[in-house]
Amino acid sequence: MNRKTIRQLPLHFMLLPGIVFALVFSYVPMVGIVIAFQKFIPVNGLFGSEWIGWDNFTYAFQLPDFRKVLGNTVYIALMKIVAGLVVPVVISLMLNEIRFQAVKRGIQTLIYLPHFLSWVILGGILTDILSYEGIVNQLLGSLGADPISFLSRNNWFPYVLVVSDVWKEFGFSTIVYLAAITSINPSVYEAAVIDGASRIRQMWHVTLPGMRPVIVLLMTLSLGNVLNAGFDQVFNLYNPAVYESGDILDTFVFRMGMLDFQYGLATAIGMFKSVVSLIFISVSYWAAYRLVNYRIF
Amino acid sequence: MVSGDSIGNRTFNFLNILLLVSVSLLCLLPLVHILAVSFSKSSAAAAGVVKLWPVNFTINSYQFILKKPEFLSSMNITLIRVIVGTTLSMLLTVLSAYPLSKDRRALKFRTGYAWFFVFTMLFGGGLIPWYMTIKYLGLLDSIWGLILPSALPVYNIILLLNFFRSLPVELEESALMDGAGYWKVLWKIFVPLSMPALATVGLFTIVGHWNSWFDGLILMNSPSNYPLASYLQTVIRGVDLTKLTGQDILTLASVNDRTAKAAQIFVGTIPILLVYPFLQKYFVKGIVLGSVKG
Repeated sequence: MNRKTIRQLPLHFMLLPGIVFALVFSYVPMVGIVIAFQKFIPVNGLFGSEWIGWDNFTYAFQLPDFRKVLGNTVYIALMKIVAGLVVPVVISLMLNEIRFQAVKRGIQTLIYLPHFLSWVILGGILTDILSYEGIVNQLLGSLGADPISFLSRNNWFPYVLVVSDVWKEFGFSTIVYLAAITSINPSVYEAAVIDGASRIRQMWHVTLPGMRPVIVLLMTLSLGNVLNAGFDQVFNLYNPAVYESGDILDTFVFRMGMLDFQYGLATAIGMFKSVVSLIFISVSYWAAYRLVNYRIF
Repeated sequence: MVSGDSIGNRTFNFLNILLLVSVSLLCLLPLVHILAVSFSKSSAAAAGVVKLWPVNFTINSYQFILKKPEFLSSMNITLIRVIVGTTLSMLLTVLSAYPLSKDRRALKFRTGYAWFFVFTMLFGGGLIPWYMTIKYLGLLDSIWGLILPSALPVYNIILLLNFFRSLPVELEESALMDGAGYWKVLWKIFVPLSMPALATVGLFTIVGHWNSWFDGLILMNSPSNYPLASYLQTVIRGVDLTKLTGQDILTLASVNDRTAKAAQIFVGTIPILLVYPFLQKYFVKGIVLGSVKG
């Protein structure tokens, strides 16, 4: 070994614990995907069960439930992606127009908060306020509307998911956009004022274009989430009455695997999700790299 | 910038602030409502007369849940996982982020290492292989099952390595020139200079451990090993009754009441509300540094 290699040894040693953890808890489970090709029996270990080729996959793909669940997943995920981009951009534009810093900071404090609460807590809160006798229906009642069972009606449930997801995350998402706005050169605004641009026109012609690289970046990266409809949220809000509209790949895998013990089938569906997501993520990162020269590290 | 003199400007300011204040109240009021319910008499809560202020104020619900042994023991498990888990995660984060913040000349295989870590964020074995791995390692029903599988936070490593890179290289170069080794540079220079970033990452890890409920739910067979978040999940959701013993069902029947649930929801959020001011001081900067770098 030459001197340079020896000098670098401590750096390699530092990486060792992290590598061990990644191997054991991330790469071993990746090897465990072999379960998808087996009639898996846990006591036999990862490689001891009968191999059945692609049977689990062909079985899964012809299940009517699977197609339903896949459709729900994509539908919910796409709505979340779109709403999760538009709302934070609009709120960031509005926040940027506040001239009283104290008011701005107060608003930010409140809208960042839901991000840090888990879906267990928020699920509990939503179940309470959206229940038939809950405060939301009381408000609707005082406006003369009939009460709605938001969490057990298929024509409401997916939209409750989207709205509550936006409610939890929009504030936190504004952070990146607000950071982008602060990097806009003030002289551009001055020029716009001299040209007689109103506040609205400044927002539209100066602030929004200034945010464009970040918007494009987040739009591209969100592509990787087409099959992520939000396990934590759905699991803490759904019930059998809304499986029809609210059951998603992750919750389906959970019930197949952990409750019905159909390990091979659940692993196959999980692998389908992982592989498709990886393709989408790779494409989105490649696009982000080409469009705005984004690199992960 | 524009001066806010004209009538149009003032109307704009007023409407803008009014809208944003309403939006931010929408984020707060559900919590206030739950808090009000938790301090109300259960009959008042059941009648639906509680809005944003307790009706027939009482702390019965809190007395009730604080007396429950499951609540206290799961709280204990959560405290252990937060303390041990955060310490371990921080150690792994610092140790991994420092070498990865070097360039290819300073660390051979740097790109390979980086991809090795990043790939774990892009692809995974899925739920069942993950569960089986932990099962074969004998970590089911063990506190280590709540700590070890999630101990390596790759996202935080990337955040921190970007922060390390923003520090002036001359500091390290001169220390190395003076004969200090990499270990010394890391602990004596990088760690002390990175306190804001470490605070961000540390608080994220604490919140993550506190909120984490799914691992407890599936990795702990016995509810007596549940961390608080998993315990709350079963209480708030109402559990599958077929899986419970007669005693459990009796306990549940008395818990399944709105004010007690509200009280437990609120107790679950208190620690987050307590660290939130510190969190807010750091996370904005941390996020921005980690995600949009020049």
